[in-house]
Amino acid sequence: MKVNRVAVTGLGAMCGLGNNLDTVWKNAIAGKSGITTIPDIDPEKYPVQFAGRVKDFEISENLLNKKEWARFDTFIHYALHSADEAIKQSGLLEADYPKEMIGSIIGTGLGGFPSIENTVRIYDEKGPRRVGPFFIPSFIPNMATGKISMLYNFRGINYAASSACASAGHAISAAANEIMLGRQDAIITGGSEAVISGLTISGFNSMKALSRWNDRPQEASRPFDTDRNGFVIGDGAGILVLENYDKAKARGATIYAELVGHASTADAYHITAPHPEGEGTVPCMLQSLKYAGIAAEQIDYINAHGTSTPAGDIAETNAIKAAFKEHAYKLDVSSTKSMTGHLLGAAGGLESVFCVMALKEGVMPPTINLQNQDEACDLNYVPNTAKKKDIQYALNNSFGFGGTNSTLIFKKGS
Amino acid sequence: MELEQRVIKIVSEAANVETSNVQASTNFVDDLNLDSLDMVEMMMKMEEEFGIDIPEEKTEDLKTISDVTNFLKQNAN
Repeated sequence: MKVNRVAVTGLGAMCGLGNNLDTVWKNAIAGKSGITTIPDIDPEKYPVQFAGRVKDFEISENLLNKKEWARFDTFIHYALHSADEAIKQSGLLEADYPKEMIGSIIGTGLGGFPSIENTVRIYDEKGPRRVGPFFIPSFIPNMATGKISMLYNFRGINYAASSACASAGHAISAAANEIMLGRQDAIITGGSEAVISGLTISGFNSMKALSRWNDRPQEASRPFDTDRNGFVIGDGAGILVLENYDKAKARGATIYAELVGHASTADAYHITAPHPEGEGTVPCMLQSLKYAGIAAEQIDYINAHGTSTPAGDIAETNAIKAAFKEHAYKLDVSSTKSMTGHLLGAAGGLESVFCVMALKEGVMPPTINLQNQDEACDLNYVPNTAKKKDIQYALNNSFGFGGTNSTLIFKKGS
Repeated sequence: MELEQRVIKIVSEAANVETSNVQASTNFVDDLNLDSLDMVEMMMKMEEEFGIDIPEEKTEDLKTISDVTNFLKQNAN
């Protein structure tokens, strides 16, 4: 059976670093932090008062008219905005694929959670009759991808992937499979998340998962550093247009990268803690190499899951060493979450965009706030300053609560 | 604001059109293309604005601005 190659032909990104790909990338390679104090925050409601939140954003009325703004929760706004950027960049709307051969698979960890939180308040205060008819469509996880289909008349496969912080990674894997098997010609994929709310922050906080450095938010996300103390919640989206490589080439599309390998595994261990010996994550990386048909030594750069939690960063470091052996000390690893915070279900989307840009531009974004490297984290983490290097293969890890793992491997476009 | 103007304001917001495009005879579905979800939301806003209950079976008879204003006049407290 012939398996198609998968090209990346469009990118869209937004997060605390900016609201479009150029700004996000420029700030990422400059090593800037997108993490800020949340304005007008109620310290009673929010034990943690900072986040890597999207700023100064209003969606174009071409994508959602004003009447619809309040009808769709923020993760849908982000997905549409970044999908539009990626689609326009790809030139996909000028391609002559049948409409049912263009799909959309968008990852989201929690969907429209803030909409649920707000509506419960109305339900409690005013009663069931005040729960509006747009409540359900405002939060369901597949409404982001559903609205993409309606905006561009894409009639192919259309669903949401949800696997906590691995959601976008799994969405991209699923999209790649459809193209590899010839079931779709192009798919809009990646992830979107916008759940910075009192309830989510309280929930993550009581798990002791969040950094509480309220007085120095820009230093709070510090993966692989001795003083790391939890992750910083972020929001935003990272969207890719994946396309049948030969067809993309034939229509003259710019091919930014090729998705050459992907794998997904489970830890089968604990609801939230990573397996300390990486019994899920090591096979995930190894299988993705196998499916890519490349040797471990060919990987130049890993965009790590690297959330800045004490246990997670050590577990991932150990897993990289177990998977890559001596080569682990030669390749470069960075965690862009040091700058963006953790975008949860959108993380794998944004970080795949970073991998593709690192391949295309020949520069790897840094891990900022890496002042005193943890002795147990002894790899090359591109500390504080971006590193210029012509690289061929980049790998992205995403791991989620529930013990679920995703690895993607991108190859530089030719 | 007089009753009809208040109704027109809610309807024009529901349809995302200027108030000048909405008159007494304007039909919600035929003229403004409102779907069933839009209609439910709009009737909820009427209930809040005018402090009344509009029974679900009654909403099906309210097809134009004047249908609503007549209903409100008959049912005002």
